Amino acid sequence: MNTGNCFHCGLEINKKEEIIYDEKSFCCNGCKTVYEIFSQNDLSCYYDFQASPGATPLDIKGKYDFLDNEDIVSKLLEFQEDATHIVSLYIPHIHCSSCIWILENLQKLQQGINTSQVNFPEKRVRITFNPEETSLKKIVELLCSIGYEPYISLDNFDEGKKVIDRSLIYKIGVAFFCFGNIMLLSFPEYFEVEEYWINEYRGFFRWLIFAISLPAFFYSASGYYVSAYKSIKSGMLNIDIPIALGIVVMFIRSTVDIVFDYGQGFFDSMTGLIFFMLLGKLFQQKTYDFLSFERDYKSYFPIAITKILADGSETSVQVYDIQKGDRLLIRNQELIPVDGILISEKASIDYSFVTGEAVAIEKKSGDKIFAGGKQMGKVIEIEVLFSVSQSYLTQLWSNDVFQKKIDIKHKTITDKISRYFTPALLGLAIISFLYWIFIDTNTAFNVFTAILIVACPCALALTAPFTLGNVLRILGKRKFYLKNAIVIEQLAKVDSIVFDKTGTITTNKKTSITYEGTPLTDFDLKLLNNALRGSNHPLSRRLYEFIPNQIKLIPTHFEEIIGKGIYAEINGNTIKLGSSQFLKTMTENTHKKTKVHVEINGVYKGSYVFNNQYREGLEQLFHQLSKKYNLIILSGDNDGERKILEKMLPSTTKLVFNQKPEQKLEYIEELQKQGKNVMMIGDGLNDAGALAQSNIGISISENVNVFSPACDGILDASQFQKIGFFMNYSKKAMKTIFMSFGLSLAYNVVGLTYAVSGNLSPLVAAIIMPLSTITIVSFVTIMTNFYARNSQPATRNFQPATKNNPA
Amino acid sequence: MSVIYFLISISIFVAVFFLYAFIKAVRSGQYDDDYTPSVRMLFDDELKISTNKKPIQTIKEKQV
Repeated sequence: MNTGNCFHCGLEINKKEEIIYDEKSFCCNGCKTVYEIFSQNDLSCYYDFQASPGATPLDIKGKYDFLDNEDIVSKLLEFQEDATHIVSLYIPHIHCSSCIWILENLQKLQQGINTSQVNFPEKRVRITFNPEETSLKKIVELLCSIGYEPYISLDNFDEGKKVIDRSLIYKIGVAFFCFGNIMLLSFPEYFEVEEYWINEYRGFFRWLIFAISLPAFFYSASGYYVSAYKSIKSGMLNIDIPIALGIVVMFIRSTVDIVFDYGQGFFDSMTGLIFFMLLGKLFQQKTYDFLSFERDYKSYFPIAITKILADGSETSVQVYDIQKGDRLLIRNQELIPVDGILISEKASIDYSFVTGEAVAIEKKSGDKIFAGGKQMGKVIEIEVLFSVSQSYLTQLWSNDVFQKKIDIKHKTITDKISRYFTPALLGLAIISFLYWIFIDTNTAFNVFTAILIVACPCALALTAPFTLGNVLRILGKRKFYLKNAIVIEQLAKVDSIVFDKTGTITTNKKTSITYEGTPLTDFDLKLLNNALRGSNHPLSRRLYEFIPNQIKLIPTHFEEIIGKGIYAEINGNTIKLGSSQFLKTMTENTHKKTKVHVEINGVYKGSYVFNNQYREGLEQLFHQLSKKYNLIILSGDNDGERKILEKMLPSTTKLVFNQKPEQKLEYIEELQKQGKNVMMIGDGLNDAGALAQSNIGISISENVNVFSPACDGILDASQFQKIGFFMNYSKKAMKTIFMSFGLSLAYNVVGLTYAVSGNLSPLVAAIIMPLSTITIVSFVTIMTNFYARNSQPATRNFQPATKNNPA
Repeated sequence: MSVIYFLISISIFVAVFFLYAFIKAVRSGQYDDDYTPSVRMLFDDELKISTNKKPIQTIKEKQV
């Protein structure tokens, strides 16, 4: 059973730290403890469903003390009564069937838990427990101890009861009921046989059909009437107007038909149409339950924090109640929710949530600390300068961009087309009516209604939902998760792409330096180290830190040639460090990598390679994109890397440095004023404003389960080099929509020729409508899949399921 | 032939019953999570009764 990987969490085991217990290897004590808990409680089946499903439990001492606070607990509970409390917790680690099994057997680990139920797609567990026997704090601590740490943030505090809108499903159910039964009851009339019993019961069938169509007409289709009314009121002609008009005309004409016994009416087509269109709506509504696109700082911030009272005792306080002058205690890995001044001697703060920069920043006593950082290491104390809402970072959210809710930012392609379609349709109907009225009044009315019925842009209205819905799914499979279908249309329109630097085009892994060439002796290293000490070049500084500390030697001669390298003499040894031109010993073939070559006493030794931390495929991606798009890099950092970026990226790329969060937002606004369609790709909270302001904000995430700022789409970092493909694909999707518009117009023309000549029978309508729907749906599905396969490079890398670490 | 009234009424009644059942099922939240139940149904009562209650204490901690 020694695979070299931990039996519990599956990570590789460092041989020195291996722990063998019960003939199984574990990577650390934490993993072993979880195994112990499970095996003692007869729950070792956990390991049978999936190999190494677990996560290492983290140290949480004191982290959940705030759950002793009754007010906070009652805000978190979903349901509260004397003997029953229900809480629903988000657990990012839920990823396999073992997780479901263990979490649904929680009652075996803790007295007082009645039931627990997992919702896998949402990564939530809903626990019912008896507060007299256990408490929320105990449950949370239990979850942590078995490696399933729940994520509790300020967001949970504000969220009220979630109301799930299921009306669309009801509408579809009702529409399908009406559609199916009407079709069935219409059959005798389709064949138009003049048999005695059909003539006898015709009235009964027709009135029954009429009755059954009422729920579909009044309830299922109600959304279209409302939308059409709104669009007329606001003076924008959208696609729902001809749809609503078609449905209403169809209903009235059919009713008139059966009242005066002209025919059977179009109830079958009408209900079918409603059903199919609602189905299209549902299809377009692909949502990713485990992702949230509406996050703001609240999703990152803790609910409560430890406050130190004047008498030195500690208490947990709700984050909103923190006031200026309070003293707070921040533990290891805890997030600092407010701006403050460091009181403790030293702190090491990780701002990766904010900037994407993974390297922690050192702070000294008296330094100002901004909210959003995570303390790494020892416990620190800070004094509060501003309350939560007035802190530097959170102030960004008071910008107007975040105030406007789901607005009509985008005008959809269907709406645009319907601006021409609707007047044209009405025009045609009126002209035909005027033409026929001089010949035969009866036919004139028939033709008028027939045109509105046939031209009801059912196929047109279905095209976009089905195409975009399918594209949304295909992109989701490739780890590009979009908020909704409209984003795809926007994606196709983009002409400028703005990238954040740290964390977006760079990975958050630390830069590594490797040495290539003949191995250096300790003496060589000593010489190198001392030669480097005098240089201020950034590469020298980094290399100096990389080489282990050596005894100080004073160079007898030291010379730094700017842009080339260093020449030093120490105790009679000559050292040359620098670029290949400087050393003149070899011709460089790979000038893309940053290298420092080493020559000691005239002998070429080798080179130090600075592996840049830029994402793989960055150069190819930028060169590919630069042909079609304006590329801009908008960074909050100083311009230390300008040279490297200029060398790597196409010359058309604009580089802007030293941008504060608000400046990023303003920069995007400025671009938009120039008429550009901007896509912003960012990652940290400091990009949140720019992401919200841009036409499309895409956030890049190393682990999509971990939190990303509010955006229109989330891209898995491993797919970064495929951005070009995604952009291309969105354009192809729009092309598909146009092609299928053509197809549906062709259907309309065929149908209209029947209608204008006054020959539209209910049977023809009942055939044409579903037929056109089926053609359109299959056409767009085939086309989008075809494009997805073809515009993708042959190498499709299947990645193993990423291990999620609890945030 | 008036039995047709009776038959059609029955068919409509059955259809209405199914519609009612569907709406009730949706309302109760059955369709909110369409993945977990598919996994859950495959769990047997998997609790193994371990042969020896006390875990074997063979901890070899080779920590350096």
